[in-house]
This record gives sequence, C-alpha cells and structure tokens, in this order.
Amino acid sequence: MFSVTVNDITKVYGKEKLVAVDRVSFSVNKGELFGLIGPDGAGKTSIFRMLTTLLLPDSGSATVNGYDIVKDYRLIRNTVGYMPGKFSLYQDLTVEENLHFFATVFGTGIQENYQLIKDIYVQIEPFKNRRAGKLSGGMKQKLALCCALIHKPTVLFLDEPTTGVDPVSRKEFWEMLKRLKAQGISIVVSTPYMDEADLCDRIALIQAGKILSVETPENIKAGYGDTLFAVKSANMYRLLETLKNYDKALSSYAFGEYAHVSLNDNKIHAGDIKQFLAGRNIQEAEVIPAAVTIEDCFIKFLKN
Amino acid sequence: MKQFMVFVRKEFYHVLRDRKTLLILFGMPVMQILIFGFALTNEVKNSRIVIMDEAKDPASQQLVARIASSKYFEIERTITGQRQIDEAFKAGKIKMALILPAGFNEALLHEHTAQVQVIADASDPNIATTLTNYIHSIVQDFQSELNETITAPYRIVPETRMLYNPQQKSVYSMVPGVMALILMLVCVMMTAISIVREKETGTMEILLVSPFKPFLVILSKAVPYLLLSFINIITILIMSVWLLELPVNGSIPLLLAVSILYIITCLSLGIFISIKTETQQAAMTISLMGMLLPTIMFSGFMFPIENMPLPLQVISNIVPAKWFNIIIKAVMIKGMGLMAIWKEVLILAGMTLFFLLAGLKSFKIRLA
Amino acid sequence: MSDTVIIADKLTKKFGDFIATNQISFEVYKGEIFGFLGANGAGKTTAMRMLCGLSVPSAGKATIAGFDIYKQTEQIKRKIGYMSQKFSLYEDLTVLENIRFFGGIYGLGYKELKDKSEQLIEKLGMHNQTKKLVAELPLGWKQKLAFSVAVLHDPAIVFLDEPTGGVDPVTRRQFWELIYEAANRGVTVFVTTHYMDEAEYCNRISIMVDGKIEALDTPVNLKKAFNAASIDDVFYQLARGAKRIE
Repeated sequence: MFSVTVNDITKVYGKEKLVAVDRVSFSVNKGELFGLIGPDGAGKTSIFRMLTTLLLPDSGSATVNGYDIVKDYRLIRNTVGYMPGKFSLYQDLTVEENLHFFATVFGTGIQENYQLIKDIYVQIEPFKNRRAGKLSGGMKQKLALCCALIHKPTVLFLDEPTTGVDPVSRKEFWEMLKRLKAQGISIVVSTPYMDEADLCDRIALIQAGKILSVETPENIKAGYGDTLFAVKSANMYRLLETLKNYDKALSSYAFGEYAHVSLNDNKIHAGDIKQFLAGRNIQEAEVIPAAVTIEDCFIKFLKN
Repeated sequence: MKQFMVFVRKEFYHVLRDRKTLLILFGMPVMQILIFGFALTNEVKNSRIVIMDEAKDPASQQLVARIASSKYFEIERTITGQRQIDEAFKAGKIKMALILPAGFNEALLHEHTAQVQVIADASDPNIATTLTNYIHSIVQDFQSELNETITAPYRIVPETRMLYNPQQKSVYSMVPGVMALILMLVCVMMTAISIVREKETGTMEILLVSPFKPFLVILSKAVPYLLLSFINIITILIMSVWLLELPVNGSIPLLLAVSILYIITCLSLGIFISIKTETQQAAMTISLMGMLLPTIMFSGFMFPIENMPLPLQVISNIVPAKWFNIIIKAVMIKGMGLMAIWKEVLILAGMTLFFLLAGLKSFKIRLA
Repeated sequence: MSDTVIIADKLTKKFGDFIATNQISFEVYKGEIFGFLGANGAGKTTAMRMLCGLSVPSAGKATIAGFDIYKQTEQIKRKIGYMSQKFSLYEDLTVLENIRFFGGIYGLGYKELKDKSEQLIEKLGMHNQTKKLVAELPLGWKQKLAFSVAVLHDPAIVFLDEPTGGVDPVTRRQFWELIYEAANRGVTVFVTTHYMDEAEYCNRISIMVDGKIEALDTPVNLKKAFNAASIDDVFYQLARGAKRIE
C-alpha cells in the first residue's frame, strides 16, 4: 500500500514554458519518512503543491492515500497535513489561538488529537499566550508542525521545515519526525541540507526539476562507485587550486575541513596523492580514505 | 457552523490587534466628520464687505452703522456704482456686497416693506452661506427693533444673490457624500486587503488544503467588517446630528437598512478586488485609485453630475456611491420613504449580487 | 596574520532591558575567513550591524580597519563590503547595470569601473548574461555576482550574512572558491552561516549563545576542546543550553 504515488508528473510555468517539474515519478510507502533532497529551484515546492492539490500538473498523474490529486482533491484535503515552506501561521494570533483555529477549521478540537502533538506542544506551551510572530524560528516550526498535525493526518507534507533554522532546532525537529513516523504517519519532507538526507528512510535527489535517484540513503552511497579520499593541508585555497591540476582525479572539492578527491582508479592510494602534492610544494598533507556522504553522491550526479 | 464562528472570531482578532486598521476603521470617519463639522461651524470674522447706499436716509444709515459695528464684517468702503462692486469682487478684495436701494426709508415708512440686495462670493459656498446668514440676522435685529416702537410692523426683505456658484450646494448635501465616501473607503480597502494578506503570508495555502469551503472564507471575511461598518454608520449619524446639527427627516430604520445594503455592496466589491489581486499593495492601489477618485468625482457630492459631459454622466452610473448619495439625501434630508428610492436600492442590490457572484466565480480552489 | 582588521572590545547592545549582544570581544586578522555562528536570535545580526556602522553600540569599543565605530562610520563604510541573502542586487536591473550602480556608489571612476566590470564578468564567465535582468539568473549566479559586487571596490573586510542558503552543493563550492580567492588577496571575510560544514571552511569561528561569544578558535581546536566529531556537535553542545533562556 502506497501513501503517495507520482507518475511522470510535469509542471510548466508561464509564457516562457519554464519546466519546474520534469516527468517526476516516485512513490512513498505507508509509514515511510521520505525525503526530497535538492537545492532551491529544483522543483520541490511545486511537487508539494501538486500533491496537496494546490496546483494542477500539466501532465502525468499522482495519488495521495489512493485518491487522485485532480479529481478527488476534496478528499485529499481532508486527510493530509501540510506545512508550507514559508512560515504560514497567523503572526498576530497567539500560539494557542493558532492551534485552536486550525483545529476547528479541520473540524476537530485540540483535545481529540492532543496525544499526537503532546510531545511537541509541551515545548511551546509555556509561550501559549505569546503571538506567533514573536516566537523564535525553532518555536515557529514546532507550532507550525502542531497545526499541521492537529487533525491527525495520514500523510504529512513538510516543505523545507528546517531551512533557516539553527542546527539545534533542526536536530530536535528531526527527532520529532521520527516519533511521528513511529505512530504510523507517512511523511514527505523536503530539505536543501544534504546532511539531513541520512535521517530519511528513502530519498529522492532532485535537481532542476528532474529526479537524479530514488533510493535509501545507504544504497545511494553504496552506489557511488568511485574511490574517495579526504585531503587536508594548512592552506585550503592552495590545496584546492593544486588538486584542480591533478589529472588522475575525477573531481576535487572542499568538504568541511578536508578536500575530497574522487578517483575511479582503485590502484591509486593515499601515498600517490601525497606524492603529487609534495611535488607541488604542499608538504605534510594528510590523506585518508573518506566515507562517502549523500553530498558526495549529489555532486557526482550534478557533474555527470 | 462552529468552523465559521471560529473564522469570524479570528478575523476580529486581526482587526482588533492591528492599530493601523483600527485607526483607519474608526479614526478616519471621526476625523472626516470633525473636519467637515469644523469647516461648517467655523465662524467667519471680519469679512470685507462693500456697501452701496443709494438711499442715504436715516434708516439706511442706521443699518450700515449696525453692520459696521458687527464683529463679522469690516466695511471696505462705501461706493456708488454697480461697476465698482463687480471690480471689487473680481479683485478678490471682498466677500460680500450690500445694496440699499434709493428710498429705503420711504419704502419702510409707507409700504412697510423695503428691500436690500445681498451679493455674496459663493465660490466658497460655506463662507458665502455663513455670511448671508449673518447679514440676515443683522437685518432681522434691525427690523424687530424698529417694530418695537411702531404699531404696524415693518418688513425688510433681503434679496440674496450668489455669485459664481448659483446652485450653491447646500452644506448638508456634503454629509451624505462624506458618508458614502468613508464607507466606500473603509469597507472596500479593508476587505480587499484581508483576503490578499492571507495569500501573501501563505496562510491561504493551508486554508486551501483544508476542508474549509471557499464561500465560507469570503463570508467570514465580510462579517466583521459589516459589523464594524455598522458601528461606524451609527457614529457618523450621531456625530452629524449632534455636531453638525444635521436633520434626519426620514425614517431611521430605513436609513440604517439602506446603509447596510450599501456596506454590503462595498464589502462585496472589496472581496472581489481581493480575490483578483495577488499582493496587498495591488489591492490597496486598486481600492484607493480605482475607488476613491471615482467616488469623489462621480458620486455627485463634490461636483454636480448634471453639469458633466455625457460620457462622464454615463460612467457615473457604475459608481455605487452615486446611488447611495441619492438614496441617503432622499431619506435623510428630504424625508422620503422607500417608494421614492426603490429604483436606486435595486441598482445597489444588483451591483452587490454581481460582485459577489463574480468574486465567488474567480475564487481559486488552487494556487494557479 | 600581522594586521588586525577588526577589534571588538566588550561590545554591547541593549534594546530596553534586552541585551542583544553582551560584552563581546574578539579580533579578526587580515585575510582571514572568520565564521560568526550562533542560533537564531543569539545576537549575530545585531553584532554585525554594529560592526558595519549601521547601529550604535550601547557600550564597548570597536575599530574596523582602524576606524572607530562610533565616530568614523563614514570611513568604515568605504572600507567594507556587505552581502546578505535577502537583499544584495536589484532584480529589475541587468547584471551590468547592477555592477555599474554599486561601483558608482563607492565612487569608482569611469575608467576604473569599466576595467573592473570587465574583469568581474570575465572571472564569473558571464559574457552572455551581462544584459540579462538579475531576476532571470539562477540563484547560484546571483549569489556569485552579489559577492563579486560586494568586493568590487576592494574593501578591507567583506561581511557575508548567510550568503549561500538554498543552492546546490556544487554551486555552493564555487561560491566558496570566490571567498577563498578573495581571502588569498588579503580581503578579510566575516561570514555567518547555518551550514555547519561551511563553518569548517573558515580559519576561525566564534559561536554566540544568548548574546555572548561562548567559543572562539579554529575549527580543529574547537572540535578537540569539545571532544566532538564535527562543528555541528560543538554547536549543539553549546547552543542546547540556550533553549531555556529563550
């Protein structure tokens, strides 16, 4: 049983025929935490808006909970929870008023499904009489999540819930998603942060409206194929400039405190790279085999 | 129903928590009425007047002396010819001229009736009216003083002529016009912004992805403003009666009923604008530029519609304020009943229906 | 690391009872990439505004490129560049118009401006885009262009307020190459970011919590000191405590 199925949907905007979503297909299993990973302008928001029945696809079809996103839009609207990318609550209403309003709009009350939001709501409850506009970024996200959950949706759509939120709040947010998943809610979440991909059951890497890959994060990393080294030296700029001239490397780029160098020749070892650098006047470089991350995979997809 | 009530309550929160909205909603009408009230009741002192005394007899000289001693007038000079009067007016030196015809005393004594001619510069109608009222009362005083000593009453008839603005729009006709204008501004602008705001802040996205029905969104947006505008009407009426001493000659329930109809017309227009626009700025511009100007121009309270070229007269028909202006003048000042205004009422009702249907039809259940 | 370009000494800003930045002190050296991290509301923006001369401190001292932030804000403004994610370029002007406008603001002469815009376009490889409206450019290009415009007048320091939000990993790295290159030329780069891996690209970073600088060192030393695997962890350890005060 799929919570969401997407078949070849395409969305084109305006007179310029800008293709925002280009024949995208994927499906989300029931109770799965599914991530759409890609930069701004990749088409994530358009996909969300089509799945939440806010936009009509130009071609292709999709279902949510088995309902067609075009014909059965009313049924879908009753059963999904949606948190748009921009903070979309009433800034001039208090925390409690917002929650109460959205509960009633969805034909329910705060008490009925309190169990579902309790974990999250207790964190913002001390501020329940504060206007939503006066909350910090992290608390806003929590309130928005509560409002999206209050009617006990079966599928939750979260469009970049962690963008612009500090790392601590981001971490907490993902903890909450894990707990919601445990309660059987299917979650589709998008993020531009590659490091969050590992927290999803399965992810779709997306760029310029096209899906690059749909897999579990582990399988995506396992399918990387190339050998990856992490290199470090005192001057990063010089290191990067020098590595650009290393013709055995497929690519080289900064990665945290290291530079990553990818090769498709498994006969090359750390020592070879060291030697190359030494020959270019970079002594005592540290070269170690690197674990592949989703970001490395994404970069490889983009370069191809 | 519960959903609807919650929505309405939310709208009230929005209005009551935003000082700017509150200020526009309640401050503006009070300000407008005060400004108009102030303009109307303002005393005009030391206005320059010329007097052409063709009689030069005891009675006429007594009257001139009275005018000279009044704080309202300052006699520019006394002159002898009609042409000098015209010149003085054209030069803008004087606001008023008084002509006492030859044989003033004679006429009073023998015919018991004498005439004086009052000429006022009515290019500023408010001042002109005030000044003629002053002259009238001075003449009145003079006359009753004469009558105390004499058995057969004398009568002095001032004949007033208004220069430059012969119709001399009554100041009373301003108030209905101002009412139409204020309601138009408040209702159209406020509602126009309210739906668009939800589009801009993104809350519309969440509302759309909910079981809430579009027409309920529209309805619950309108209810708070209907109520608040009704309070506004009452305030305006109370202020007009108390401050401006404006008569309400017709039926008050009828007056309120037609006002509510007009409010609903304005609200539905505001909602229509709101649905058609994407940003608060656009909604604001359209309601200000598209509504304020035509309302001032074509509602007939500033500029008489009868004097406009035909194409403009035709255009004026689509301005709701014009019809409301006619209705309210008829009811409030002339004291007429529903029978006299049913046509205008029907027109307003028709406009309302049109805006509502057009709005409902263009309300998008999706984003694009 | 001889020259000190930014000296902040017990810099404080109060808004009523609320202490937005609380006696922060630090130094930033010439050609350094300095990461300025902190949770939302920790006081980063307030501190940055004071350093740019946009906001007068409540107490404390600071000099930017040798100029006092109380008295010499005009001189400071000539010496700094600024770029933020929210606003940097006019969307309705073309690429070239934007370059000329910002160059003009900083008083570059005609000849100088012409040379510099050519260099800049050359470096970014935007020959075919000079007549395009900025609004039509992809986000990554906009950011690169915005950065290049911010350093067009050869400032001593460039302030970057969350410059790289939302772009793909490749474009983000191209952006950082521009930063490295500027730093290599001797421009000091003062940057705030939410990407913790970017924090690792910095020479030194400071982490603000509740208006105070709680940690300041090189990424490697910080990780050692906090016994953490990544800067993300360091940040988490420090900022978690802040939640109660919020």
